[in-house]
Amino acid sequence: MPLSLQEVQRIAELARIGVSDAEARAVQSQLNDIFKLIGRMQKVDTEGIEPMSHGQDLELRLREDIVTERDQREQFLSLAPEREQGLYLVPKVIE
Amino acid sequence: MLNASLKELSAALAQRKISSVELTRLFLERVEKLNGSLNAFITLDAEKSLAQARAADKRIAKGATQPLTGIPVAHKDIFVTRSWLTTCGSRILSNFVSPYDAHVIERFNGAGAVILGKTNMDEFAMGSSSETSFYGPVKNPWGQAYVPGGSSGGSAAAVAARMAPAATGTDTGGSIRQPAALSGVSGLKPTYGLVSRYGMIAFASSLDQGGPLAKSAEDLALLLNAMAGFDARDSTSVERVAEDYRRELDKPLAGLRIGVPKEHFGEGLAGDVGRAVGAALEEFEKLGAKRVPIGLPNSGLSVPAYYVIAPAEAASNLSRFDGVRYGHRAKEYRDLADMYRRTRAEGFGAEVRRRILIGTYVLSHGYYDAYYLKAQKIRRLIADDFVEAFKRCDVVVGPTSPTVAFKIGAKAADPVQMYLNDIYTIPANLAGLPGMSIPCGFGRDDLPVGLHIVGNYFSEAKMLNVAHQYQKATDWHQREPAGIQP
Repeated sequence: MPLSLQEVQRIAELARIGVSDAEARAVQSQLNDIFKLIGRMQKVDTEGIEPMSHGQDLELRLREDIVTERDQREQFLSLAPEREQGLYLVPKVIE
Repeated sequence: MLNASLKELSAALAQRKISSVELTRLFLERVEKLNGSLNAFITLDAEKSLAQARAADKRIAKGATQPLTGIPVAHKDIFVTRSWLTTCGSRILSNFVSPYDAHVIERFNGAGAVILGKTNMDEFAMGSSSETSFYGPVKNPWGQAYVPGGSSGGSAAAVAARMAPAATGTDTGGSIRQPAALSGVSGLKPTYGLVSRYGMIAFASSLDQGGPLAKSAEDLALLLNAMAGFDARDSTSVERVAEDYRRELDKPLAGLRIGVPKEHFGEGLAGDVGRAVGAALEEFEKLGAKRVPIGLPNSGLSVPAYYVIAPAEAASNLSRFDGVRYGHRAKEYRDLADMYRRTRAEGFGAEVRRRILIGTYVLSHGYYDAYYLKAQKIRRLIADDFVEAFKRCDVVVGPTSPTVAFKIGAKAADPVQMYLNDIYTIPANLAGLPGMSIPCGFGRDDLPVGLHIVGNYFSEAKMLNVAHQYQKATDWHQREPAGIQP
């Protein structure tokens, strides 16, 4: 089932990407072409097949619960677009 | 020197025929001459490169060298590099100077190699043409109207144009092998987990794998020796005893069983590519190898499954780019949500936005089973095809890409056509298997054709042996593009 314009806008909102109506319309037909390609999967019977989530089914390692990072607070903060008093600054969230 | 192998460069440095500073200057001059037309590099910093070269020369003077000491290497701009601008081809990281080094960069620095510069690439490695870079498209050294392939197109073009003796790349669906094929160089995507992903900006974490691009399989072996190895900071890095990937290079190929998958020689394969690959298979037979017909019946499903899994992982990975902690932030906004929306709309290019939308959709409520889980089951079927195949053969050989390089702009407006470029390379990523591409001839408009070699898990030494023996018998890998217009 093709994606409607409203669905494209809903996905963009979920992804926090601003799209104009014109952009949404342009991307709508491209996404529908891509989903047509993806749709080829649906013809295959995958009943009872174990999903493969990783190249090789690796088991994740455990490590000691200890601090491994150095304090690089100033260095990392210096990369932020806006900062104040050692904190990342974002627009006011609570009125 | 521009055409020398890494072994030859290493020997020249050890015998003081040339210093690392002289060698680095030589390649920097070549880059300066050609980069204006090829756009293979995003960032160059001669001062930093030469400082490393001077340090390498001191090391050489003391005799404390490793095989790569003093050799300049170009790095894909996806590897974060301390005090270097690291953009990943994106506007959203256009001001990001990394505070730390990727594991791969640490490894090259530790070996005494010189960082020659950071190479251009498709934005966040999403593309097969190196056209989606915010910093403009890379041109193919064999013909500047053509794409070099992607996403590691800058690295492939740099090696092809002899602007760098070697380069690094990353491969999520073919991004080392396809540009290697289209630009006429050799490239290797190792087994998933062999090269640490620490500091390699994530696209699709279950598929991403770093690897080398160079002029020959012998050079790739030397580079892989430096890149591979356990790193606790990557949770999927494999713990294995260190290998010398050169150890099997000189083994004869008598008795080698070459699996030829009929699915990779059917509809969609261009005649010129098919002929060059066919001739390469005959060459292998002359070298004593046997052809074994095999089937990869589910490989046709690899592109659909990939375009669920990779965008889903990308949508999740790229949520970190929000204009708060680093990178671009929109200048004007009403509130926090509006800042996110505008920052990400401005910061990401069209292809990246498209893939984030696909990924967001397939992971959204009510669609997870139909798309993501389904794709993971198909991923299993594709991996199982290879398990069956490797019971009967040692390597799987076919074309790397269905066509030679296409014109810049030819597929930019049609994502599905672009995605189908990776139809032969994606299965190895989904299965986690190692794959490589080596030059095997020329097709339409005298553009290079790549031969694809897939091996079993951790069989890189065997694959490099197969490729090296082919390169000893042929000279396709020594051809270089003539008359690049500066």
